[in-house]
Amino acid sequence: MAEIRFWEAIRRAHDEEMANDPLVIAMGEDIGVAGGTYKATQGLYDKYGPERIIDTPISENGYTGLGIGASFLGVRPIIEIMSVNFAWLALDQIANSAVKVRYMSGGQLTAPVVIRSPGGTAHQLGAQHSARMEKVFMGIAGLRVVTPSTPRQAYGMLKSAVRCNDPVFIYEHELMYNMKGEVPDAEFFHPLVGSEVAREGKDVTLFGYNISVHWCLEAAKLLADKHGINCEVVDLYCLSPLDRAGIKKSVSKTHRAIIVEEAEPAVGVGAEVMAIINEECFFELDAAPKRVSAVNIPIPYNHALEKATIPHAKDVVKAVRAMMGK
Amino acid sequence: MNNTDKKRLLRDMLFSRRFEEHCYVGYVERKIGGFLHLYPGQEACAHGVMAAAKPGFDYVITGYRDHVHAMLSGADPKAVMAELYAKETGTCKGRGGSMHIFDVEHRFMGGYALVGGPFPLAAGMAKAIKLKGGEEIAICFLGDAANNQGSFHEALNMASVWKLPVLYVCENNLYGIGTRIDRSTAVLDQYKRVAGYNIPSEQVDGQDIEIVYKAAQKAVDHVRSGTGPYFLELMTYRYRGHSMSDSNTYRSKDEEKEWIERDPINILRERLIKAKVLTMAEFKAMDKEILDEIDNEIVPFAEQSPEPDVAELEKYLFAENDPWVTGGAQGEAS
Repeated sequence: MAEIRFWEAIRRAHDEEMANDPLVIAMGEDIGVAGGTYKATQGLYDKYGPERIIDTPISENGYTGLGIGASFLGVRPIIEIMSVNFAWLALDQIANSAVKVRYMSGGQLTAPVVIRSPGGTAHQLGAQHSARMEKVFMGIAGLRVVTPSTPRQAYGMLKSAVRCNDPVFIYEHELMYNMKGEVPDAEFFHPLVGSEVAREGKDVTLFGYNISVHWCLEAAKLLADKHGINCEVVDLYCLSPLDRAGIKKSVSKTHRAIIVEEAEPAVGVGAEVMAIINEECFFELDAAPKRVSAVNIPIPYNHALEKATIPHAKDVVKAVRAMMGK
Repeated sequence: MNNTDKKRLLRDMLFSRRFEEHCYVGYVERKIGGFLHLYPGQEACAHGVMAAAKPGFDYVITGYRDHVHAMLSGADPKAVMAELYAKETGTCKGRGGSMHIFDVEHRFMGGYALVGGPFPLAAGMAKAIKLKGGEEIAICFLGDAANNQGSFHEALNMASVWKLPVLYVCENNLYGIGTRIDRSTAVLDQYKRVAGYNIPSEQVDGQDIEIVYKAAQKAVDHVRSGTGPYFLELMTYRYRGHSMSDSNTYRSKDEEKEWIERDPINILRERLIKAKVLTMAEFKAMDKEILDEIDNEIVPFAEQSPEPDVAELEKYLFAENDPWVTGGAQGEAS
């Protein structure tokens, strides 16, 4: 078991899947000769050549559609959209073509594309490079949406996504590419459904995904050390379809739930998880569920304003203490 | 093209005309729902191009005016009509409808309602063909108005940069829904627009199938030779409104009359009669045979077929029993 960085895990998954199947290709802006903005395809241009590691023009809807069309004939494209903010431009091809062809053709055609894209608030990148778009993708029927919180997940999910016959959107985080974590040396495939208990606890469940899992873990440690509160942390690595059984299981155990999201609260992950809690285990609750979310504004440039817009571990601590009354 | 080929093309075009005319009746009788976009007037375009291509081998994709293109690829007219009647026996089991006919077995890769959608999809299919080293080409049929979508420019640029085997056929019927081309488009000759992407192109009369066929042969040969994409513009006209909900008040009767005088079926029929290859009696017999097939086989099949089962409402959303969703055979349990 080696400890590698997040980007290295993604690069390894690309390399293994491309070596395994000559119809696996990767495409995106600057992923070839330049090696990829986040190094996810570093060195692969030299290894697999320009027909399989494709530097695209800055035409998000165009190259996403091109990848989808190629997938109709059995090619397995891994499409990198450099920033999730640019994925707005590709929504037409994702939402109108990729996810609908199977249904509207009565099961004849499928679009097995993988679309990877980083989002989130990094360091003063401004409103147009700090979007958190997971809520948009979650609302698209027929699209699988996963979001890794560790290098292990990033590696195993990309491998499964490449082989899966449905279109899969992988939401990554700009700040997490250099994060280190253990990834098994042996090849493995991570599920594209379900959730994972990242920390066992009994008093309150903290639901997180992607970067917010780490805020939850940081808060849980502090709450255990300083306040005697024992939090369970559930990693919702699959955002669509959400793991109803996993949510129910944890809330039935702790009877309290807080959802922590980097995104704005409206129509988001927190809202959806709360609805599931209501539907699945309302009578298990000892307290009304809460959300810890971003302020509903475009991300400001100024560092202090940016910091005040998104939640942090301290906000999670505050929310838990208020809920527990201590 | 010999006389037998020409007679066959005439019959095929007439079949498409009569098929579409029945769709009109089925729609008025409310047996066909949704939006319906009919093809009469434009037959020489798809028929001429597909005569030069390899139907069922080459991959075809188009917009919402797609019934004829699907049948030319090899789709069974009964299944197309059943799809319009929203039946389980339809090409897409009643899930697609008029604008979304698919017949993947015959490599008809679908009709799409977003007019610019197929441009990059076609380029992608061409990319797949190139990667696999196949002899097929991708053919994308769209109207002139689709060229005002950003996807036209994005896809044609990529197709040219990467020399993809894709033929773009622009059926220029002069109207984007109800807006005439000169009121919406700065450059009227569409074939000139692709010079900006270094793609060879040609504009020809889309009403004379022999002219279309000849131009399409050149286009298909160019694309199949592996030297890159080609853009063929066919000047044509649709007789009906954009769709059935279109009152068609934006065109003058004189303009319509002028184009109907250049009807693609009449042009070929008169030429064959003049050359003594065909008689009017033969043509009428041909027409009767077609109408009989539509009335006695195609329409009854569609009418008598069962509706989809509501219990299967969610079927076809995701691939069934895909092992990789749960991490595959080697997957680790979380």
